[in-house]
Amino acid sequence: MKIKSKAPWIYMAVIMVITYIPIVLTVVYSFNESKITSIWGGFSLTWYEQLFRDRDLAEALRNSLVLAGLSCLSAVVIGTTGAIGMDRWKNRFNSVVSYFSLIPIMIPEIILGMVFLAAFSLMNLPFGMLTLVIAHTTFCVPYVFMTVRARLAGMDHSTEEAARDLGATGLRTFWDITLPALLPAIWSGVLLSFAMSFDDVVISIFVTGATVNTLPIKIYTRMKTGVTPEINALATVLLAATIAILLLAGALGSQRGRAGKKEEELRR
Amino acid sequence: MASKKAQKPQTSENPELTGLTGRKKKGSWLLLLPIYLFTLIFVFAPLVYMVFLSFMSRAEVWGYVPEFTLDNYKRILEPLYFNTFVDSLKLALISTVAIMAIGYPFGYFMARMSAAWKKRMMFLLMLPFWTSTLIRINGWIIVFRSNGVLDKILMGLHITEKPLKLLYTYPAVVVGMIYVLVPFMILSVYSSAEKMDWSLVEAARDLGASRRQAFCSITFVHTLPGLLSGTILTFVPSMGLFFIADILGGNKIVLVGNVIQEQLTKGRNLPFAAALSVVLLVLTSLFIRAYQKISHSSELEGLY
Repeated sequence: MKIKSKAPWIYMAVIMVITYIPIVLTVVYSFNESKITSIWGGFSLTWYEQLFRDRDLAEALRNSLVLAGLSCLSAVVIGTTGAIGMDRWKNRFNSVVSYFSLIPIMIPEIILGMVFLAAFSLMNLPFGMLTLVIAHTTFCVPYVFMTVRARLAGMDHSTEEAARDLGATGLRTFWDITLPALLPAIWSGVLLSFAMSFDDVVISIFVTGATVNTLPIKIYTRMKTGVTPEINALATVLLAATIAILLLAGALGSQRGRAGKKEEELRR
Repeated sequence: MASKKAQKPQTSENPELTGLTGRKKKGSWLLLLPIYLFTLIFVFAPLVYMVFLSFMSRAEVWGYVPEFTLDNYKRILEPLYFNTFVDSLKLALISTVAIMAIGYPFGYFMARMSAAWKKRMMFLLMLPFWTSTLIRINGWIIVFRSNGVLDKILMGLHITEKPLKLLYTYPAVVVGMIYVLVPFMILSVYSSAEKMDWSLVEAARDLGASRRQAFCSITFVHTLPGLLSGTILTFVPSMGLFFIADILGGNKIVLVGNVIQEQLTKGRNLPFAAALSVVLLVLTSLFIRAYQKISHSSELEGLY
């Protein structure tokens, strides 16, 4: 069924316009000569020059990328093995463990931040990248674990069994059959985890310690201290990168999509 | 949870397969090890530690004195902190209701679009979703700032005379909350409306149901899981997003999240922060329990 009346379209358009107003304004004001956002002082690239000279922000960006990368990697290992393990070896602890493993994304982030601050100081872990990675991994695991588990639940295990019957070793079967079948699920888990980790302020603030800064923490502290035209420039750069990545992913997806479509349908 | 569904595979019916499952099982516990250990050490144990802390006495500088006390919980009942909980719940409630009102129709209409438009809409939705939350909030500062964009427009249209000074007010925080969390609602409603069999609606219409009747008895019932899970996905985080209240509300609006953060950083009162967190955790769990009771599902729709 298609939408016939005009009203829904207008409604959605209005919502979308409101959604994009702050974003467009950020982009526009990043080219504003004046430091004060209420005055338009003419076109300028000053803030971009300042941004690219800003060592602090560059370091924070690097930290954030490393952090998101490492957390995703650990989450993939823990989440994927966990989902496969629970699928193969069913026991009564599984439901308890999966319940607890999902808690980090079910409760307000502030609680996690508090909990980790307390626990890490009890464990005597040095606050910095290590604590950040552990904390981020806890809320990245659920995304990978859930998507892979959902994929496994809908998967036909007969191909794996056939491979084993034909003499393939367990590892070989996993590498050639199980893993390729799970890959789309792992990817979507990774994408979500990466976005969440890269964006996180609340938990990071508590476990970051004095020396390591992530990009969101840096942005947050600057926003609290005052007017920040440089942040507008940074926002524009990040936005451009996001669009590029989304378009690229979309292009790759539609290419792969044709082949994978049938499989997708079977999954449903 | 969901693992129950698939329990006991074909072992008993097919003796040949038993050998295979047996072969599979060998070494499977190794696969379970990482998630078991990680969850035990970094999720379960810290949560237990938090509960333990909340019953301890405060130490001078940092940490706790191992003396059992209920003072931390008693302190939460003091009007100052109790009101913060009430305020946070109120803000979460207002935001959630607004998000429902905005997000539900959006998700519903989106599910009825053509495939090409669905894709485009998804892209438009995902883009802000993927942009840093802080940066999007920053955009609202430009809008709300005194003499900012909104003031200029309203004054230009002669709707208001003076600048509204909306930044650092309650409405600004509500707008910020709605803005950050509405995509979750849209996506969950969309995902359940997408799965719906629209021919049911057509059938109802053919059998003489009015548009409204058909919507109430079929569409609404089928999209309810999405609406409920969207509610959880917006209500739960909204109680802890202290930085939105911080940035858009100045220091005027204090939520539980802000109090916990303050107790940890400025107050250095670990046990009290733990007690606050436990109460917040209990409140959250109650909401999730209620959701599971109503929807008969343990999974949240639209999370992936």
